[in-house]
Amino acid sequence: MITLTVNGERVTREVEPRRHLIDFLRLDLGLTGSHAGCEHGVCGACTVRLDGEIVRGCLVLAASLDGADVVTIEGLSDSGEVADLQANFVARNAAQCGFCTPGMIMTAADLLAHEREAGRGTPSRAEIREHLSGNYCRCTGYQAIVDAVEDTLKARHPVADLGRGTAPAPRSSEATR
Amino acid sequence: MNEITPASIGLSREDLPNSYIGRSVPRPNAPKLVQGRATYTDDVVLPRMLHAAFLRSPYAHARILSVDSSAARQVPGVVRVFTGADLAEVCDPWVATLDHLKGMKSAPQHPLPLTRATWQGEPIVAVVADTRAAAEDGVAALQVEFEPLPAQTDMETALAAGAVIIHPELGDNLVFTRTAETGDIAGAFAQAHKVVEARFVTGRHTGVTLEPRSIIADYNRADGTLTVHHSTQAPHMMQGVFAKQLRLAEGDVRVICKDVGGSFGIKVHVYPDEVAVAAMARILGRPVKFIADRFEAFASDIHARDHRITARLAVDAEGRVLAFDVDDLTGIGPYSVYPRTSAMEGNQVVNLCGGPYDFKNYRCTTTVVLQNKAPTCQYRAVGHPIATAVTEGLMDLAAEALGMDPIEIRRRNLIRDDAYPFTSPAGMRFEGLSHHASLAKLLEMVPVERIRADQAEARARGVYRGLGFAAFIELTNPSPFMYGIGGARISAQDGCTVRMDPDGSIVASSGVTEQGQGTEAILAQIVAHGVGVAVNRVKIITGDTQTTPYGGGTWACRGAGIGGEAALQSAIALKQQILEVAGAMLQATPESLDIAMGSITDKATGAERMTLHELGRIVYFRGDTLPRDLQRELVQTRHFITKEYPFAFTNGIQASWVEVDPATGLVKLLEHWCVEDCGRVINPMLVDEQVRGGIVQGIGGALYENCIYDEQGNLLTTTLADYLVPMSAEMPEMHVGHVETPTRESLLGAKGAGEAGTAGAPGAIMNAINDALRPLKARVHEQPFTPERILRALGAIA
Ligand code: FES
Ligand code: FES
Repeated sequence: MITLTVNGERVTREVEPRRHLIDFLRLDLGLTGSHAGCEHGVCGACTVRLDGEIVRGCLVLAASLDGADVVTIEGLSDSGEVADLQANFVARNAAQCGFCTPGMIMTAADLLAHEREAGRGTPSRAEIREHLSGNYCRCTGYQAIVDAVEDTLKARHPVADLGRGTAPAPRSSEATR
Repeated sequence: MNEITPASIGLSREDLPNSYIGRSVPRPNAPKLVQGRATYTDDVVLPRMLHAAFLRSPYAHARILSVDSSAARQVPGVVRVFTGADLAEVCDPWVATLDHLKGMKSAPQHPLPLTRATWQGEPIVAVVADTRAAAEDGVAALQVEFEPLPAQTDMETALAAGAVIIHPELGDNLVFTRTAETGDIAGAFAQAHKVVEARFVTGRHTGVTLEPRSIIADYNRADGTLTVHHSTQAPHMMQGVFAKQLRLAEGDVRVICKDVGGSFGIKVHVYPDEVAVAAMARILGRPVKFIADRFEAFASDIHARDHRITARLAVDAEGRVLAFDVDDLTGIGPYSVYPRTSAMEGNQVVNLCGGPYDFKNYRCTTTVVLQNKAPTCQYRAVGHPIATAVTEGLMDLAAEALGMDPIEIRRRNLIRDDAYPFTSPAGMRFEGLSHHASLAKLLEMVPVERIRADQAEARARGVYRGLGFAAFIELTNPSPFMYGIGGARISAQDGCTVRMDPDGSIVASSGVTEQGQGTEAILAQIVAHGVGVAVNRVKIITGDTQTTPYGGGTWACRGAGIGGEAALQSAIALKQQILEVAGAMLQATPESLDIAMGSITDKATGAERMTLHELGRIVYFRGDTLPRDLQRELVQTRHFITKEYPFAFTNGIQASWVEVDPATGLVKLLEHWCVEDCGRVINPMLVDEQVRGGIVQGIGGALYENCIYDEQGNLLTTTLADYLVPMSAEMPEMHVGHVETPTRESLLGAKGAGEAGTAGAPGAIMNAINDALRPLKARVHEQPFTPERILRALGAIA
């Protein structure tokens, strides 16, 4: 029997020792926003926040989570913490099939939450790509995702500390109509 | 009514108040995706639902001697164990051949085999239990005795004497062969100024949809209906397949696909494990769910692009192409995949080689053979990246042999933009392509001079960079000539039903489907444009065979071109019907009225006469006030099929800028460009990211992705740690440009865009790598271009 907080709600459940967090969320709690893409820790589709840090839900055993604080994409959406990021994902078409997207948003939210730690400036596009590179997207070319994250960072910090690296400008279509 | 032309409905203008064609409208279904509120098949839970797991063959080829399920049936939660024989009682086998592919043959395939396993990963026995975990425990407790048989894994020896004949009743392992030949090949090569030749290999790879294949089948014994929730691209096709194989009426089968987590052609085929799930639900009278795990996906999703090609090109002294001579060999696994067949990829290589160029003499042969590996079939841009890499690889070799610039040799040979209609030596009919305009557009985007200067400067420092180009053609909007004439029940037409509800909002249901490419968004744009309402007043329904008009679904880039045109036609018909009714209400002729942003307006002055909301109120609730005989159906259906051309060909060109490290063999992608012509662009933002996604899948095939088997036919790449897919950090910035040559087959003028990126990227990258390696006198033509292969080409390793 474990008791933990999921998206701000206290839940108590009996779990099998072999139950992974992703299955606990999806099957026991009906929180289907987090997805299982590989179940071996590579694709990032199952990314959720555990005690403030992002983890892979397919690698964490639910039984170890007594007293933990878990936030899933549903909780993140409801709290409004990343409403701007989500709006930019929509505006940039940074999601196609959307299967990777909740994990992508969780990972990008982590970057947004931590990016200015230790006096560092706004991450460059290369750093955004690096931070997201544990999250596979099979549909987009990643570029729109990087655009959406970059837009969010810039809008949140419109000050002149943009870019520790150089951010190449070409982002939108070169369409000529 | 007036004659309807693209101009009369504003398709060539962007300034109409409700023109949504050509605008980057955000997708209406995107918010649910970013909030994790989509409904993929695995998210669906039905009462009394059971879960299936499969024992899969550990051998590439083996006889099944016995199945002992007694221990498995004792596992808590296990409900039933099914063998091939159990399912054969309710489910007929299928044979995947097409009549128009002359001489094609394949063996009957059952959902679970009766006597023999023919590839590692083939589903052999199914266990159904009340949870997936219990079903897997049941599988672990199964005792199946196999007698391993010699496996035929190498395609090169599949037709040789002494080869293992995979299906003895077929006589040999030859599935299909076809040669297209025009002109005088021997003469052209004899009089050539230069002849270049190479052996190309494309690596067997697979789609890796992030959402694995997923299905829930639910048979209701009370009314004899089968409802299938399915992650598929072609719900109507699957409805027909389940009905036929399980001996049900088509009307008793309903296929629903809500959100689909990627498809890329992987989810347009009939998989034995999925048919098995339907058969088990039929027997049990309960819902059965099966979600493939990643291991199962690698071992049983279709693979593709396992080709070896030797090819020659003859050019004259001016660099003009005299002849292509291409010999393609491909291994497709033990069965041709139903119902599209696994011969189509090789057939496409024959159709597409040399495609962008104007030349006379052509010979191309494809030979399609069986082997004991996972079946291959259609994956995004079927055959295109293979044909493009061969064609463009040879063009670069010819340019090098002539000392000519790779851009110049292409400029001299690309089919002229005023040469259409044009029939290619392979027999493909092109309505209108724009190779030269696309090349010109690309050269506006790619700073060639700056790149060449940078390249020279870098070489001096021992840094090897290269620029590569690849022109391509792309087959879209397929007609019945693709599958229908071969006897396959795959619809080339599509339908759309558009209706107006009492509040003036519009609902459109379409046979094409959404897998993330934005089908629903473009359909909403088209319908909003056609009727004359705001786009947020349009609701689109797709993915349910019971509520949408019959159609082909999504494959071969037909969503916008076929489904979109059906939507436009039905929207225009609805608009005309609304104007008839409005004319009666307003004492005006329908011709004098228009609809703009949800209101009936006077066409001449633009003045609002009445809202659609008010019209809806009267039609639905106060019909007594309307003329007795007035037709008042505010719902219209239209179907569309292309008539003049078997396919709408599109074209484009890509450029890739890379850096190769000769010490490690690693390729770094610096920048990538693509110009494509998909006809009318409905939503530029969606097309751009669709093209970029396609490029990344092409990059995957060129650099990383490979399904690797050992000599015994054991698949070695069964996790995402072994099988590499592109990640964000390695991907370059990608620039997309468009040229628009609308097809005249439809009002809308849209052709497909989804395969363009994948079609051209591998060829462009190959040429860029070889450009980088040129001073080192090394070349690679075997995909994926791994560090090992590059180091081998450099002579750095043996
Ligand atoms: S499902 Fe957890 S990383 Fe892929
Ligand atoms: S949007 Fe499909 S996997 Fe990312």
